[in-house]
Formats: sequence, structure tokens, C-alpha cells
Amino acid sequence: MITKVRNHLSQNEALLFERSSPGKKAYQLPDLDVPPVDAAAALGAENVRTGIQDFPEVSEVEAIRHFTRLSTWNYAIDHGMYPLGSCTMKYNPRVNELVARTEGLAWAHPYQPEALAQGCMEVMARLEGILAEITGMDAVTLQPSAGAHGELTGILLIRALLEKRGDPRKKILVPDSAHGTNPATAAIAGYAVENVKSTAAGLLDVSALERIVNRDVAALMVTNPNTLGVFEENIVRAAEILHAKGAMLYMDGANMNALVGIARPGDFGVDVLHLNLHKTFSTPHGGGGPGAGPVAVKKALEPFLPVPRLKRSGKKWAWDYKRKHSIGRVRAFYGNFGVLVRALAYILAHGGPGLRNATVDAVLNANYIRKRLEPYYDLPYSSPSMHEVVFSDARQAANGVRTGDIAKRLIDYGFHPYTVSFPMIVHGALMIEPTETEGTSELDAFIDAMISIAKEVELDPQFVKDAPYSTRTSRVDEVTAARKPVLRWKRP
Amino acid sequence: MMDACGIDSPEALFAHLPEAARLSRPLELPAGISEYEIVEYFRQRAAENANGYASFLGAGVYNHFRPVLVDAVASRGEFLTSYTPYQAEISQGTLTAIFEFQTMICQLTGMDVANASMYDGSTAVPEAVMMAARLTGKGRALIARSVHPEYRETLRTYAKHQGMSVEEFGYSPEAGTIDLEDLDRKMDDLTAAVIVQSPNFFGIVDQVKAAGEIAHRRGALLILIFTEAVSLGILEPPAEPDIVAGELQSFAISPSYGGPFAGIIATREKYVRQMPGRLVGQTTDSRGNRAFCLTLSTREQHIRRERATSNICTNQALIALMATVFMTVYGKEGLRELAGQNLAKAHYLAGRLKPRFDGKFFNEFVVRLEGRTPEQANKALLKKKIIGGLPLGRFYPELADCMLLCATEMSRRADMDALPEVLS
Amino acid sequence: MYPENFRYTKEHEWILVEGDTGTIGITDHAQEELGDIVYVDVPKVGARVERGKSLGSVESVKAVSDVYSPVGGEVTAVNETLADAPETLNRDPHGAGWLVKVRLSAPAEILELMTAADYRKYVEAEK
Repeated sequence: MITKVRNHLSQNEALLFERSSPGKKAYQLPDLDVPPVDAAAALGAENVRTGIQDFPEVSEVEAIRHFTRLSTWNYAIDHGMYPLGSCTMKYNPRVNELVARTEGLAWAHPYQPEALAQGCMEVMARLEGILAEITGMDAVTLQPSAGAHGELTGILLIRALLEKRGDPRKKILVPDSAHGTNPATAAIAGYAVENVKSTAAGLLDVSALERIVNRDVAALMVTNPNTLGVFEENIVRAAEILHAKGAMLYMDGANMNALVGIARPGDFGVDVLHLNLHKTFSTPHGGGGPGAGPVAVKKALEPFLPVPRLKRSGKKWAWDYKRKHSIGRVRAFYGNFGVLVRALAYILAHGGPGLRNATVDAVLNANYIRKRLEPYYDLPYSSPSMHEVVFSDARQAANGVRTGDIAKRLIDYGFHPYTVSFPMIVHGALMIEPTETEGTSELDAFIDAMISIAKEVELDPQFVKDAPYSTRTSRVDEVTAARKPVLRWKRP
Repeated sequence: MMDACGIDSPEALFAHLPEAARLSRPLELPAGISEYEIVEYFRQRAAENANGYASFLGAGVYNHFRPVLVDAVASRGEFLTSYTPYQAEISQGTLTAIFEFQTMICQLTGMDVANASMYDGSTAVPEAVMMAARLTGKGRALIARSVHPEYRETLRTYAKHQGMSVEEFGYSPEAGTIDLEDLDRKMDDLTAAVIVQSPNFFGIVDQVKAAGEIAHRRGALLILIFTEAVSLGILEPPAEPDIVAGELQSFAISPSYGGPFAGIIATREKYVRQMPGRLVGQTTDSRGNRAFCLTLSTREQHIRRERATSNICTNQALIALMATVFMTVYGKEGLRELAGQNLAKAHYLAGRLKPRFDGKFFNEFVVRLEGRTPEQANKALLKKKIIGGLPLGRFYPELADCMLLCATEMSRRADMDALPEVLS
Repeated sequence: MYPENFRYTKEHEWILVEGDTGTIGITDHAQEELGDIVYVDVPKVGARVERGKSLGSVESVKAVSDVYSPVGGEVTAVNETLADAPETLNRDPHGAGWLVKVRLSAPAEILELMTAADYRKYVEAEK
């Protein structure tokens, strides 16, 4: 039996299938201007379906109300801050949405004649050039559809270069603080993964690195700043160690929001990196995607980039498919063009000085939060924070309250939780990244909420543990969801 | 704020960066421009593209009407600017919509379970093949040449480093369907998956049942690909596939020069733990209310790391939402009617031309040209502001005198009537 | 808490040897660390296992833990009830929550494992 979550109709919206009834319609197609065709004759009777069983039928007003009601059950950047570490939940500019829908761009077919696709190609070429300048690299591919996709592309590029040099090698080094996609990607690219421990300060241990880098190591994957939000001060040395043994340095660009206009990966020894346009460059998360994960490389890796590549042909752009060293395609067509448009719009809006200012504001905001919350939450590492700060729940754990509980209580104060329990090298981590979007009023509201919760933990820990209280649903039973998965609606 | 941080200038926050790593000059980029100038910049780029042309291109990306409700819903800030629904209490909107999406994909494909979307159809193929490899413990894939060429290319890039061998089998030059004898000959006990597409790249309804029998007899799984989702409105989903992987661009996703799109993987219940990508499950909250949450997360990268089913982190949530709204607007009868219109338009056009293959087709078909090349024909059509079909020589040298034409509910009779004089 | 007639590993598995058969499971400490178990992945009857190598895994909502075989041998039985009721592992990890039974190929391997007393000390030290 489905009980009411709240009183209002809009809080108890049923599923589409439960609202459906035969004969309701929300569509109308124009009349056919050609004769209709008998499906059985055209396709073969055995190939024609009798109907789509239990597929919904609702009216237009029911459809718009359904999705509108659902939308009110979400938190979003348009509501308030997301302090999620390494996610860079900055404002998604609305002008980006408008320009991506410009008819000549939105309806462009990837196979339309190149002479009639010059606008799209110019957008992509412009973005490639700008991203190369921002990262200090020599060439960029816009083909990968997401960060993890870009990572895979980057590792495949490294493999291709090493293979050409005679030995693809066997393993990839990954810091124990790395995001889960890093080792997963290395494995898909056919490499064994070896973990590199961090120093007591939470940084890459270059002496350990020097000991383990040999001719079996293809590359080290780093995030810089690392997942603690700290700049890897020994990154130049790390690059030297790797290069001396013919290995390469891959950088996960998830934390680029701390670097744009301040430092360029190409300048500190990175051979290949991926960017997350849905993080640093403001394209909307949309509840989980789409994103885009362009990859930027140094010259040596350029011949291996995915095919096709943009090239200049007289006064026009053309797609160059004759790239015999290319790793091949990592997807059909050219990339998530609609996402690229949004990223370019963001960059054009900011310009060079604006992008640098955004970085400075992002780092200032994170440090402000750090300073004001330091008296209340344990700071496991004293190294300077860049765009994000990582606390631990050590003090609150003494009262039996963990980072996950604090995060749930934060929801009652009107905020989305910070990143819980990551990176794994900090037990009970609270990873907070405000981005440059937030002004002092929002930051202060967040800080006051966190301070208030810290006090609640002292006075009534169980109260915090049972949070949240103000949400449409209380904590959901994830255990039953995993034990007895119900992954679709079925007619009862 | 700077006082609170104890600094005089924000530059102090970067003082600890090693000198060698710092950028000592401004970025070489122009200054920022206003909103109006941004709109103008893209308006100019759009003007450099095709505008006002009728198009007969398909080949994996299709022109279909986009119901107005799609953008009305997808533009809502609560959907557009929300994050991945890891915090279930404040993401029930996204989670509920994805659960509905998963259900509708199952209903359309006849499968038991579907994930919350992959990047696109082309990357869903290697993901499905790797899934089959994990399930069977075998390392070989047999893929039909009538599967989209760029999908096959993508599979090769992934397979190379998984120690998977990929081989192709041919198609019948008369029917345009898979060459079953060629498949049978190439089949062995080391094959993890046989991959076919239906309707295939030539638009033809392929022999999925027969392919399934050959695959299953030798212990391989059958993977069925689709690129034209509208076909699901009229084609009976075959019972033989173990995994279905496909592209949903036809469901109100703008062609947008090739992306972003949304792929899906759907499969039988017994294979769910080897399925990549996000999954939303139904559960209850502590008060007994129905609620939804991400589930079976232990398959994924953030937990299993190097032993994950995939490295994928995203799902195309917003795109999948657009497809969900599309499916809702059309509904049970609408998808049928829409598919029927596509069938009618394409068959009308084909009736005025001579299809190259005699296989049964949905909304795409191949014509052979005589007297001029497909490229020349297209040049002539451009003068009439018509973009013709895709010349096939770039993908199939044996079909260099052919082009692939697509007609959908958006194709107008007057434009279709202009084709025969140029193409016959 | 920890039965005297079991032997234990550093990775928190236990084994009860009777004749040439060993019954294997994970310890109470392991199940507590994992939290609510949602899924158990075990090999089939007839599979070979090797000392120190993974024979399967145990999953909670947010974590996966490999189960390492304390001994080498052949799987002769698998606890089928865990498929429908993985919570048994939480409830009774040393009894009804057993994972597999194995016919030992090298019974002497048992001598290298910890006794209950040693294991108790080991768990205390870990905390």
C-alpha cells in the first residue's frame, strides 16, 4: 500500500503507468500526405508488434503536471549551493541553453556535407584552440563523451605511443587517493593497476614513486590539485622521474577549477589530461549527464588522437580521416557537440581575465570555509587548500555521529550534502567545494549550518543521526533495494 | 573574507605553488563578451550551416519532430541543474523519472531490465560485448557488417585492449540481410557474442531469430543493436537477444552534429549484475512510503574500482529525461502511429525509386545510381535545397554506386517527388 | 564469540575442518565491518580453490569484499540459502552463514592458520 508522503496532491504523484488509461492522448501528428502502408505487408506479419504492453497513455496536461511535480522533488543548483567536492557545481548559465538550441546548430546532421557544416566545425576548432591555451598543451580532441571516456582515451593514447616505441608496458600507477574511474579505466585499457601510497601530508610520495617507476610502468595517473584539494608540490619532479624511465604523466582534470589562468598542466610536465566540461566549464549536470571529456596532449601524442580530426583546407574546415597512427574512434561521430557549444559560450562570456578571476574566487571561497569551520571540524591535513577542503568526522565520531549523518542533517538546512567518505585516504571524509558561484551570503548560510550541526552533535547526537526531517522522503532503504532489486514497474 | 583567511590579497592563496608550475602571463584569450554578443556569435555560426534544406539523411541520426513539452520539462532548473541522484531524499524527481524510463525501455525492447542509459548507441556496443565476455568467460566477438560502420569502429577500439578479437561476417547482396552461412562458418565455441543490428544500417529488418539460434547453439550470447528507436513502435521485439543495446536519439534528441545522445543497454534479469551503468531501484523510506534510489552500485567504478563492470560514471540523465517525455507524449498509440507514418513515407519514396536490396525495410533503404555517382547526384540535389542520402562508398567499397536514403514523418511529399528525376 | 574449533585467517575468514572437509565462512568482525550484506558471490560446486586466492566476494550497499580461501581444494557444497537471504551472514556468520564446503587437497595448510585465541588478539590489535 502506498502511503501519503505529504498532504498536497503534487507530493503524491503516481507513476505514469498508474495514471495511464486507454485512449488518452498527448500527441497529434499531421495527416499523411502519402498513402498509408500495411505494416504486415511491408515488414512481414511476424515482425509487426501487436502493441506495446502497459506503455503509458496520458493527456498533455497530465504529462506536464507529472514531470513538473516530479521536478519539485529535486534539489538543484538553481535552488542553492552544492558543496560537493571535485564536482564543481557552479552556476549553469542560461544563455548556454539558448545558443545550443540555435536551429542551424541543433538540427545539424553529422553527415551533412562539410560545406554546409562549417559553423559547427568552426565552433569545435575554436574550442580546441582555447582549451589548448588553457591547459598549455599542443592538441585537443573533443570526441570523448564524458570524463571517464576521456580518461580511457588518454590511457589508450599512452599505450599507442609506447607500443610504437616498442613496448606498451604492463602497469599504471594510481594514487590511493584517486577517483574510482582511474583504476577502472586502466583496467579497461588492459593495464594492471598498482597503488601508490600518499605521504603523511596527503601528497604524492615522490621517493616511493622513484622506487617503483621502472620500464614496466606505462604511466602515473594524478589529479592536481589532488582529491584533498592540495596542489601536488612535487609534480614537476614526479614528471621528471617518469620521463627519465620513458613513462608518461596523465592528469585527471577534475580539479581544473583551481588552475585555470593560474597554472597550466602542460607547463608542469603533464603529457596528457582530460577535462570535464560539466565541471570546470559550467555545462549542466542534468541529473547525471550528459557531459564531455575533451583530452589535451603534448605533440608526441598528437598522431594517435581519435579519428577524424579537424584540419584546415584552404579557407574551410574539413574532417581528416587519413590518420594512420590514430587509436581509432572512441565513439560514433565527432563528440557531444551540444555540450561543446555550452562550454564555448561560458568561455566567451568570461574571457581570459574572467576565467582567472573565477579560479581565484573559487579558491578564496574554499579557504574562507576552511578557516571558519576549522574550530569545529577536524582538518586531517594542514597543507594549503585550493578550490576544495577536506575535513574528517573524527571529533563528531566521538559522539557516534559520522560524516554521512552530518550530511543528511545538512539537508534540513537547505543544502545538498558535501561529498561523503571520499577520498578514501581520509577516514570519515567531508569534502567541500563551493565554486566561485557562491557569494558571501550563501557561504555564510552554509557555514552557519555546519556550525549549528556541530553543536547539535554535542547536545543530541541521535537527533543528527536520524536526519533528515524536512525532506519529502526520509532515509531510503538501500539495503532492501540491493537485496531484492525492483528495477521496473510491473502491472500488479 | 580575506580578513577571515588572514591574507591581504587573494594572490596569497597561490603563493605556495612552485614557481616552475605557475603561469606567469595572462591567458591568451580575448576579454569576456556580453550575452547578446554570445547569442550573435552562435547565430552566425548557425548561419554557416545548412538552413532551410530538406534532408534525407539517416544512418544513425534521424530527423523527427520534437514535441514542445520535451524542452519545457528539460529546461526546468530542478532537472537541468541537479546533480547525480546519490542523495535519494532530495533527488526523487530524477530517480522517479529514471525508473519510468527504465520501465518504458523494457516495455519497448521486451527485456526484463534496462539501465539508466549509456553515453550513446555506439559506446553501448563495446559495453554490451564486454558484458557478454564476462558472462561467458569467452573472448571473441562476431559482428555483422550490416551494423553501423562507426559502431563497429568503436567496438574495435575498445576490444583491442581487452584481449578480445572482433571478426565480421557479411550480408546477402540480394536481400541486404545478414549472410547466415557466413556467420555459421565463422562461428565457434570461443565466441562470447554475435552482434546484429535490426533494422540494420541499410534500413532492413534483419534475421535476428536465425542469428540467435546460431549463437546459442555454440554457447554465445546474442546482442541486438538498434539505431532508429522509432522502429520499436512497430517492430515486434525478438525473443532471442540476451542483450539489447541501442540509440535513443530519435526520441526528441536534437541531431546536434552528433551529440549528446543517449544509449541504452537492456537485458534478461539473470544478467543484471554484470550490466554496466547506473540502475534505479524501487524501495521504501523509513515511514513506508515508496521511494527510489540508485542501486546495485557495487558493480560500478566508485566502489569496485579496477574490477568494475565498466569505468562509466555518467548516465545521460537529461537526455534520457527528454526521451522519457517524448515517450510519454506519444504513448502507446502514438509511437505506433509515428512508426506507421515513417513506414509510409519511406515506402512512398522507395516506390518512386528502385531499392538496391529486396529485404523488408522500415524508414531507410539503399538505392543504386546509374549514370552518375551518388556524390554527383547529391550536388544536383543541393541546388534544389535538398540534402540527399549518404553515399555508401566511404563505408562499403562494394556499394560505391549506392546511397542510403531515409524518410521520416518530417519528410514532405513535394521534396520526395523531387528525388526520382535526379536519382533514377 | 569465536569458536575454539575454528581456524582463522588475517583476512577474517574462518574454517571448520571435519575429516578432509572444511566449511568456510567470514567472521563476525568481517560482517560487522561490512554492514548489511546484500549479495554473496560464491563459486560453483566442483570449482577449485587455492589458499590465499579469492574464491568469491561479499557485498554490502557501499562496499565489496573479496573472500580468500584459507585452504586449497575442491568445492563440494555451496550455501544456497544466501542467494535469497544474504542477511543470514550478518545474523549468524559462524553458523548458518557458512559460504562453501571444500574437500582439502593439502590438510597441512590448516596448521598455518590462527587459533581462536590468536584471532581474538589480532582483531583487538586491529581496533
